[in-house]
Amino acid sequence: MILSVDGVDFSYRSHAVLKKVRFEVQRGQFLAILGNNGAGKSTLLKCLNRILSPQRGTILMEAVDLRRLTRPQVARRLGYLAQRPEGGRMTVFDAVLLGRKPYIKWEPSPTDLAIVHRVLIRLGLEDFALRYLDELSGGELQKAMLARALAQEPRVLLLDEPTSNLDLKNQLDVLQTVKRAAAEEGVAVVAVMHDLNLALRFANKFLFLTGGTVFACGGPEVVTPANVAQVYGVPVTITRLNDVPLVVPL
Amino acid sequence: MTLEGTPGRYLAYTRRKAALVVLLLLATGLVGVYAVQAGSADLSAAQVLQTLLGKAEGNSGVIIWNIRLPRVLAAVMAGVGLSLAGCVMQNILRNPLASPFTLGVSQGAAFGAALAIVALDAGSTHSASVDAVIVSHPWSVTGCAFLGAMAATLVVFLLAKYREVSPEAMVLAGVALGSLFSAATVVLQYFANEVQVASIVFWTFGNLGRASWRDLGMMAAVTGAASLYFLARRWDYNALESGEETARGLGVEVERVRLTGMFLASLVTATIVAFLGIIGFIGLVGPHLTRRVLGGDYRFLLPASGAAGALLLLAADTLARTVIAPVVLPVGVITSFLGAPLFLYLLVGGNHRR
Repeated sequence: MILSVDGVDFSYRSHAVLKKVRFEVQRGQFLAILGNNGAGKSTLLKCLNRILSPQRGTILMEAVDLRRLTRPQVARRLGYLAQRPEGGRMTVFDAVLLGRKPYIKWEPSPTDLAIVHRVLIRLGLEDFALRYLDELSGGELQKAMLARALAQEPRVLLLDEPTSNLDLKNQLDVLQTVKRAAAEEGVAVVAVMHDLNLALRFANKFLFLTGGTVFACGGPEVVTPANVAQVYGVPVTITRLNDVPLVVPL
Repeated sequence: MTLEGTPGRYLAYTRRKAALVVLLLLATGLVGVYAVQAGSADLSAAQVLQTLLGKAEGNSGVIIWNIRLPRVLAAVMAGVGLSLAGCVMQNILRNPLASPFTLGVSQGAAFGAALAIVALDAGSTHSASVDAVIVSHPWSVTGCAFLGAMAATLVVFLLAKYREVSPEAMVLAGVALGSLFSAATVVLQYFANEVQVASIVFWTFGNLGRASWRDLGMMAAVTGAASLYFLARRWDYNALESGEETARGLGVEVERVRLTGMFLASLVTATIVAFLGIIGFIGLVGPHLTRRVLGGDYRFLLPASGAAGALLLLAADTLARTVIAPVVLPVGVITSFLGAPLFLYLLVGGNHRR
């Protein structure tokens, strides 16, 4: 088990956001966190790499309590893609090179540069390497931020709505890249997703969150019309079209 | 290190930035030598060189060692210190308007100095030109100014540490404290006699000629130590440019970097202001000028803004001393007169090349 979460409570001041959250992720798994706006999905993701510290519960990263790792150690194990990418006056190469920050002592080594190069190629960003982030389209920026998280060479990839700014082709490209990282390198992926169809297509484990508690967690079998209707409050039917699962609101 | 393809192109790009930094440092050195040479007593570059090498004749040695060189070094130190402090503040407070004076540091210093002048009777003046202010107890004025500046810093610092105030709120708290200290200074001035009021006003003008060699030593120690810390944290500042949460995800201890940065930037500012008086605008214009030209990579931005600050302050002070010599204008006035138009020009988009 690469990541196991048990009894995690988190509250902003007196407002409880997460209550007794429990789940596990294995190497190579792609877990989609699903749920309504405000269900606590992003908060949960931030607890997983200690951007936020839960008040109760334990998070074990490869059997080591997350609280016992230093922040750079956490950053070498878990890569994080924020929901709203921030641009700024730096080139794509600079931005992705920051993914090597947990490893850089004084200046980046040739290995660091080579890793950045490889990630850029993998996401089709090589031609943008020396473009400034604030001159990119929303989709390109999103991909650059994902490239940064991949450059961290993490064992767990935390993605907060990785496809929110992307067009159809880029949505498929990005999730394909992530899925391949999971399948080929054994990276565990935990992604907050809004698009149920994309989730069904790429993820192999699902976690429904309602009001800060786990409603259901498991393989594709938990994505039933009844569960989706309960969680989102919308009646749906699930069919298959050309062997692709499809959630259709009724 | 030679690399093919994209990494190679990237390294070439960073080397161009490094070259710009070196160029700026050279320019600062040249202007520094010119500043030692220029003034109401004409000296040649050869005389300057001979004096610095210890082979001087006549009174050029006295002028250079006692007047010009301390002044030039004060300009370099204050320029580097204020500009770096501004550069770091803008990053850690995530606010382009942050400057060394954002947290109420200068108003705190002015209040401290005013208190020393009025309550400890530390100042008097005998004519209307800047250098004629005689601060009879310079150490008490400097000490009180420093304490005032650090008092303002401490309040904001404690708010940030124990009430978990956001960076935006820290800036607002600084503005509030600044106005509180200004009001307190006005109260002091209202009840002071005219000699004391004049002393207070002249103190706030900021004067690079005030520093003795011992003062310079203390300024150099504080500025030097803080600069080294800032440089060591350059990757953290780079990560913070992408937002607080992303920075945490990249392994940055955001709170610690922010509090330490704030404290050191304020300490540098307080030290400089306590010795030299208030020199505005450098901490804002220095970093922003370089950011426009070099982009937001703190590996290059930090040394470049330090150099730019020194260069600007040197140029401003040299102008202040020579434009209507032998009258010496307050250097803060010149920095604003020089800096503001340059700043506006760049802001409006005179420079799109990066």
